[in-house]
Amino acid sequence: MVAVSMTVNGKAVSADVDPRTLLVQYLREHLRLTGTHIGCDTSQCGACVVHINGKATKSCTNFAWQWEGAEVTTIEGLADPNGPLHPMQEAFRENHGLQCGYCTPGMIMTAVDMVNRKGHDLDDKTIRHELEGNICRCTGYHNIVKAIAAGAKAMESTSGQGSDDKLQAAE
Amino acid sequence: MYAFTFQRPTTVRQAVNLLAKNEDAKILAGGHSLIPVMKQRLAGPTMLVDLSKVEGIRGIEVGPRSVTIGAMTLHSEVANSAELKQALPALAGVPAGIGDPAVRHRGTIGGSIANNDPNADYPAACLGLGATIITSRRKIPADEFFQGMFTTALEPDEIITKVQFPIPKKAAYEKFKHPASGFALVGVFVARRSSEVRVAVTGAGSNGVFRVPEFEEALAKRFHAKSLEGIAVSPDEMNTDIHASAEYRAHLVGVMTKRAVNAANAGIAMEKQG
Repeated sequence: MVAVSMTVNGKAVSADVDPRTLLVQYLREHLRLTGTHIGCDTSQCGACVVHINGKATKSCTNFAWQWEGAEVTTIEGLADPNGPLHPMQEAFRENHGLQCGYCTPGMIMTAVDMVNRKGHDLDDKTIRHELEGNICRCTGYHNIVKAIAAGAKAMESTSGQGSDDKLQAAE
Repeated sequence: MYAFTFQRPTTVRQAVNLLAKNEDAKILAGGHSLIPVMKQRLAGPTMLVDLSKVEGIRGIEVGPRSVTIGAMTLHSEVANSAELKQALPALAGVPAGIGDPAVRHRGTIGGSIANNDPNADYPAACLGLGATIITSRRKIPADEFFQGMFTTALEPDEIITKVQFPIPKKAAYEKFKHPASGFALVGVFVARRSSEVRVAVTGAGSNGVFRVPEFEEALAKRFHAKSLEGIAVSPDEMNTDIHASAEYRAHLVGVMTKRAVNAANAGIAMEKQG
């Protein structure tokens, strides 16, 4: 067993785990943060995407111990639990960007990373290309793409206040 | 997954010593090839030697005649380097087309080359550009480094530290992607240097990355897609699987080489969003 400590959603956490423990298992089974999903477990579907030190990463293909001391943000950390949703979450709701919801946490974490890297004015082609590593089996992607374009814009108008600030602070 | 222990050395020497003393140890770089095969129990290292803390093996240096990239440099870093896009855009375009954004945040050039997956992109870039693989103990020309599917010239306790790419006059990489996996069904890297033309192919061969001497000869005479007309590549050494037959792959080698030559002449790197 090995002690692994990191900061998850702004909180210092620690757990004794087997070296084989994947980051996604550490989050779900040890920290009970079950918003991060395991879809394919082969780094293809993107349901497990979290931000590690500010970058979108597939948590099923990292061992927890590799991120000793790191800053991790999961879907639970995007918005204050008692406050409004993050603008990207709100955009998914507004645009019907989810049906069963299984892929949604990964889609949203990927979308926020996309905005961080590519800015707030995202065209369809960019969004679709950037979504290569996230698979949805319900929606046919159309509304997800719409949601991300809207969410990216909304993040611009809310940046400098509220949940976006919190995210940047956590990262 | 089989049980293992891990070590996190901070110098190349420490890492080499750990590998030398532990026969079943394996290097962990970005982990995006190794961790999946460990999950499937296709690999069962008893120890992982994680290189993420090793100093001096990450970063991009652009010189007047060559570009040197540290083994632990991420795909996203190579793809987005403004300096590299200026000096050798064809090389920056290679990792831009690997996997997806999250994978490019973890995958490394050293890991890709050491793994030598028969469908990987970086081996074609190394062989096509005539790169030199710099390791903990020597310098290995790309022509000697890649020795067949998942096989390289590396000794068990040898670590890639850097890869040096000479800057060619013209170059381009063209890849026919498998639509689901994104891996190269056929990928062709073409480079025109002052001394030679190199054509390196990944994805097609049953024994990993290879060069196409008959194309190189024709292109050395005249660096134009028309020079390749009437020259066919034999399907004998090509892969056949559910995705494509050997004949189809052989045909694609010609098509992708022509596209790469056209792109090199037009000065178009395979510019993709990283």
